[in-house]
Amino acid sequence: MANTTSTPVSADSNLTARALREGFYAGLISLGLFVLFVGLKTDQNILNELILVQRWGLLAIFVAVAAVGRFAMVAYIRPFMERQKVTNLVTGLLPDSVATRFFKLPVFIAAAVIGLGLMIFGGTISASISPTAGAYLSLIRGAAVVYTLASVFFYFRAYIVANFSMLAIIALILYPPVILALTGVQGSLKWVDNFGVQILIYVMLAWGLNIVVGLAGLLDLGYVAFYAVGAYSYALLSSYFGLSFWILLPLAGILAAFWGMILGFPVLRLKGDYLAIVTLAFGEIIRLVLINWTEVTKGTFGVSGIPKATLFGIKFDASKDGFAALMGLPMSSAYYKIFLFYLILALALLTAFVSIRLRRMPIGRAWEALREDEIACRSLGINTVTTKLTAFSIGAMFGGFAGSFFAVRQGFVSPESFVFLESAIILAIVVLGGMGSLVGIAVAAAVMIGGTELLREMSLLKQIFGEDFTPELYRMLLFGIAMIVVMVWKPRGFVGSREPTAFLRERKSVSGSFTKEGHG
Amino acid sequence: MMTKDPILKVDHLSMRFGGLMAINDLSFEAYRGDITALIGPNGAGKTTVFNCITGFYKPTMGMITMRQKAGKEFLLERMSDFEVNRDAKVARTFQNIRLFSGLTVLENLLVAQHNKLMMASGYTVLGLLGFPTYKKAAAQSIEQAKYWLDKANLTDRADDPAGDLPYGAQRRLEIARAMCTGPEFLCLDEPAAGLNPRESLALNELLRGIRSDTGTSILLIEHDMSVVMEISDHVVVLEYGQKISDGNPDHVKNDPKVIAAYLGVEDDEVEDVIAEVEGETGGAH
Repeated sequence: MANTTSTPVSADSNLTARALREGFYAGLISLGLFVLFVGLKTDQNILNELILVQRWGLLAIFVAVAAVGRFAMVAYIRPFMERQKVTNLVTGLLPDSVATRFFKLPVFIAAAVIGLGLMIFGGTISASISPTAGAYLSLIRGAAVVYTLASVFFYFRAYIVANFSMLAIIALILYPPVILALTGVQGSLKWVDNFGVQILIYVMLAWGLNIVVGLAGLLDLGYVAFYAVGAYSYALLSSYFGLSFWILLPLAGILAAFWGMILGFPVLRLKGDYLAIVTLAFGEIIRLVLINWTEVTKGTFGVSGIPKATLFGIKFDASKDGFAALMGLPMSSAYYKIFLFYLILALALLTAFVSIRLRRMPIGRAWEALREDEIACRSLGINTVTTKLTAFSIGAMFGGFAGSFFAVRQGFVSPESFVFLESAIILAIVVLGGMGSLVGIAVAAAVMIGGTELLREMSLLKQIFGEDFTPELYRMLLFGIAMIVVMVWKPRGFVGSREPTAFLRERKSVSGSFTKEGHG
Repeated sequence: MMTKDPILKVDHLSMRFGGLMAINDLSFEAYRGDITALIGPNGAGKTTVFNCITGFYKPTMGMITMRQKAGKEFLLERMSDFEVNRDAKVARTFQNIRLFSGLTVLENLLVAQHNKLMMASGYTVLGLLGFPTYKKAAAQSIEQAKYWLDKANLTDRADDPAGDLPYGAQRRLEIARAMCTGPEFLCLDEPAAGLNPRESLALNELLRGIRSDTGTSILLIEHDMSVVMEISDHVVVLEYGQKISDGNPDHVKNDPKVIAAYLGVEDDEVEDVIAEVEGETGGAH
């Protein structure tokens, strides 16, 4: 044992010693964890024999990252964070002093100029240079745009926070024309469809599930079943009976609500884990029925050739009286996508409107009361059976709407789209966003779905890791890491507090520490 | 003395949990406009009686009749828990407070007016469409909540989460919430448990106010004898699931059976008992 001196050791060297020690341990642990996973790999050689490939270099990188990361965390990052005093524990954001140092006007102007310039001339520049340089260029463009937007958010944060919903709706309405202007008709396809429509579908689904999970506190792991009911309702009824989208949209919602009630009855007596497992089974049953009832659903082949939606009878096709021809525009599928964008936006806003309205109605309050304490509800004369059933069926109805929209957007549905993973993603968005908060959920959906879609855009990663590296395969990893980070940083989700539905003198939001997650 | 009008009649009530007879052939009456106290040592079956009256337990045997002011009678043992409140107008509180802690104080009182508001909102449909009947009913329900906030002295905390209130205020809120359902008969399970003397006093005020202002009859379980003797008109004493005494507070206070139940035995016998116990433990050593 080394002699411990009684002279006061300076805090600095103490910290370094601790950081070194913890870094060493972290390296040791990661060595133990990864030596078999990463250090050794079984492979087949040319003679089809099983051989062990040794990858000590890669293992060393893993261990070094863990060790150095832990060292830096203990020695520099944590003291830095403490010095900065993350005072704003509510938002978890860095204090203004750090943010003002980070967001400076000259840098903002430079970033805006670079971002805008690259957006306009990026295409011509990247055509004349190597793909590697082009990938870096797009990275710089992305960073500049993100910095510019972040600065705008920072400087106008008070105004943005106060009017978030209104600004978000205006931004969403303006989104397609702006994208159209920036990227042209063909270029807009990706941004409107892959990002806009995709994110909004998940926003709507998560808002629908929020009624069941966030408000009524009923953990539903089979929500995707209602999405499937809606999608197949539209797909089958339109192909067998030729009914139009506008008739089938409400019908799909009603059918899904009906199935929500069917699910609701047997699970009324169940709580917590038991309820979750039965709903999970229900989701799988619906999927298996879709796979095996081949005469009607065509099984795993799915239903294809689903008719498109029309706008007041105007079709989005190349015909003489199609949308493009009537408007005197060149034919492009982009207009249909933009139409779909506005359609799902309207549906999502309807979901939000109804959710907000319902929360202030006796039924919505009863849902929240049910989440807080079911026995107390019954002692107040609230029929918890009908209350739970309405929560299930109204949540399911919005799932059904979203499902029929999904069918009309894809033009093709198959049971593969309705696997448990989808339910898990929707539930994850609700939990990440903060159960019960519409804004939090919308942000979570944008970050999660948009983030995973952005991975496809990371052509730079291909340049680094090689051509056969497909970043989108890592989206689930990203999803998992994001969930862990958010849950450590904000255990109640992005928006953990709850807005009261009525107030006497002033509206004070209720801290997440008082609300319950529900138990049934 | 004029004959009293019973609001609640419990006849030959028995409740068995497996081999345990929690209540054994219990009969008593609670009178309209009275504060009736149900007392007894721990484990006497008081809360079980409450749960039977309010529909949370189905009694093994017996009949519980609730007679409303208008003369309508309800057999509570046949009704489910929420119907007991909704139709028979019997409200209750819980021994371990059950508030909606994540809702504000005001919202707690609005949830209690659920059935009234559901009707006014046309089972949500008309309310969703913005019909004025619901708006009027919603405004009325806030007025009603304000009235009880004022009674329970909680107006200042109306917009705070219920879970944030101190213990005594939570007790008062639970009573106010039960009153917002518009009951004719209010069952309180240990309303004074854990209250300090000042809060107990405020509780007495509140209960007296409830009786005089709304005519609601009250049945309460209580251990705090200062509350029981102070405010109740009629006391029923239980021990081991059976009624051992029934009458006005003075009568019960001096009933030898009650004293024996609470203190075990008479004072002069205590020494004998101690000697007996010591003899036994001495033998064991």
